[in-house]
Amino acid sequence: MQLSRDDLLEAYRRMRTIRAFEDRIHEEFAAGEIPGFVHLYAGQEACAVGMCMNLDDNDVIGSTHRGHGHCIAKGCDVTGMMHEIFGKADGLCGGKGGSMHIADLDKGMLGANGIVGGNPPLAVGAALAARNLKTGGVAVSFAGDGSSNQGTTFEAMNLAVVLKLPVIFVIENNGYGEGTGVDYAVGCKDIAARAAAFGMPGTHVDGSDFFAVYEASREAVERARAGEGPSAIEMRITRFYGHFEGDPQLYRADDEVETLKRDFDCLKKFRARVTEASLLEADQLNAVDDQVARLIDDAVRTAKAAPYPGPDALERDVYVSYP
Amino acid sequence: MAKKTYRQAISEALFHEMRRDERVIVMGEDVAGGQGGTGQIDAYGGVLGVTKGLIGEFGPERVIDTPITESAIMGAAAGAATQGLRPVAELMFVDFLGVCFDQIYNQAAKFRYMFGGKAVTPLVIRTMIGGGLRAAAQHSQTLYSIFTHIPGLKVVVPSNAYDAKGLLIQAIRDDDPVIFCEHKLLYDTEADVPDEAYTIPFGEAEFTREGDDVTIVAFSRMVHLANQVADKLAKDGIEVEVVDPRTTSPLDEDSIIESVENTGRLVIVDEAPPRCSMAGDIAGLVAREAFGALKAPIEAVTCPHTPVPFSPALEDLYIPSAEKIEAAVRKVMEYKP
Repeated sequence: MQLSRDDLLEAYRRMRTIRAFEDRIHEEFAAGEIPGFVHLYAGQEACAVGMCMNLDDNDVIGSTHRGHGHCIAKGCDVTGMMHEIFGKADGLCGGKGGSMHIADLDKGMLGANGIVGGNPPLAVGAALAARNLKTGGVAVSFAGDGSSNQGTTFEAMNLAVVLKLPVIFVIENNGYGEGTGVDYAVGCKDIAARAAAFGMPGTHVDGSDFFAVYEASREAVERARAGEGPSAIEMRITRFYGHFEGDPQLYRADDEVETLKRDFDCLKKFRARVTEASLLEADQLNAVDDQVARLIDDAVRTAKAAPYPGPDALERDVYVSYP
Repeated sequence: MAKKTYRQAISEALFHEMRRDERVIVMGEDVAGGQGGTGQIDAYGGVLGVTKGLIGEFGPERVIDTPITESAIMGAAAGAATQGLRPVAELMFVDFLGVCFDQIYNQAAKFRYMFGGKAVTPLVIRTMIGGGLRAAAQHSQTLYSIFTHIPGLKVVVPSNAYDAKGLLIQAIRDDDPVIFCEHKLLYDTEADVPDEAYTIPFGEAEFTREGDDVTIVAFSRMVHLANQVADKLAKDGIEVEVVDPRTTSPLDEDSIIESVENTGRLVIVDEAPPRCSMAGDIAGLVAREAFGALKAPIEAVTCPHTPVPFSPALEDLYIPSAEKIEAAVRKVMEYKP
């Protein structure tokens, strides 16, 4: 599928929404407004959006602890997400999941996941369901370089190949698993090659280049939809914040993040590309920026004002059969 | 009604539900067997033959032989369950829980709560439990107490063929994740089992013997030993009531308390180490809820706090025996404050 101007504007809107969402959470967390553990996706927006622009509600994604971007890219309600992260009763998960467990199954979002390597087997299952129920859908497992070292990821990749399922393994290699660098922790240095060793196509892409991500994703999704089986894409990218909010990032050189923000920012690259090619006007993009800023402002304002869950919610929804 | 084995009863339940609902699938290691070999498909039909014949009727898309890959099996079954399938996944031996527990307890069990009541995960995990086959420390545990500890899981421990069929059909029709624990030594035991499909609700204990002197609460294979002891002691004038909870989660607390309030004496028989066990759980329940009714301290007949030994001489000492159960019953009967 060729991207129309509307598609490009939508892609920009999603990426800008993720960036604004994460930047704002960074501020609110620092101000003590947000409880718990938060891991921000800023810097990686093109990965989630470049893939999800190829998907619809019929397709399912699994995500990670750094999941806000995947949720937004897959179409989760941004206000509901913000309320969830603030722990409020009308959050997307009723305040019971929080940042690490945002899910919206109606949108094909099978959950952020607090366990590194937690989602790849689940995504294989979603692909199995798509195959057996003939939905035409595919499943995408978003994972990181850290997850790529987990046995669950290996098992999921092998089973997907054995059963030839419509699943795509996206490995967002952001350079660090928590506070340990990929050069140390990934033995073979090449995650796509490792995926390929399981018997599926494995490719690399510059994760800061929306168009490269989109094209690689399109090929993988088409392959899966055609019943030709799984594939893997290693997206090389960086994160602009720490592993978790509050991480002093002593494992990064003093100028690392500044340099990356200057040279490796997917939003800057996207804006330059579409304006230089006269695909979109700067005014259009600026208007999106303004709309997104208002959306995030409103989401934070209403999240702060919203009520917490009442005690009646504590024991509800453990089981389907005893509500 | 025909006599059928526990193995046949489970097989019938699977055939019934797979015919009734095409969303039901079976997946696991060698559930058919023979894929990629030079011989026949359905070579095993499950390592103990329980799933034999399914692939012939339902085909490889619904009877899925997997590699030896427990995390992927459990996770894929859980993921598929959220998307409209009703998988019956096999964890061949419960002992293999160690290599896949995350997908069960952090993923499948928690989806509904973490996602604010929006997820439905109709997953059944069939697994073999128990000692007695000289299978040693890594193929002989029961471990149902570990699952029982996890909110979001239901845990079924059928003690006979009739219950196995009705409870497995219930499990497959249930919308929550269910751990279905089949005791290896029960597969060849027989009971009257109707040909048609039927369900047994979870959380309803069965009184396999009735009596006014002592309550025995026993699980899975231990119910048979408890019944033997009850029959033997009846000849000595000791009336033993045997309660088989049938599911450890949900647990039919009311039936246990009601029985102990009547008898005033409790012996718990649990094929498991004693710490953080069903024995401890039920002793705590009765101490809290029926303390005033107790005429003697609660007795628990359990395994020792050791791994399961291999040597027959040691394994026979390890597993609770009818003799030990009888001794415990006599002890609570003879107790003088």
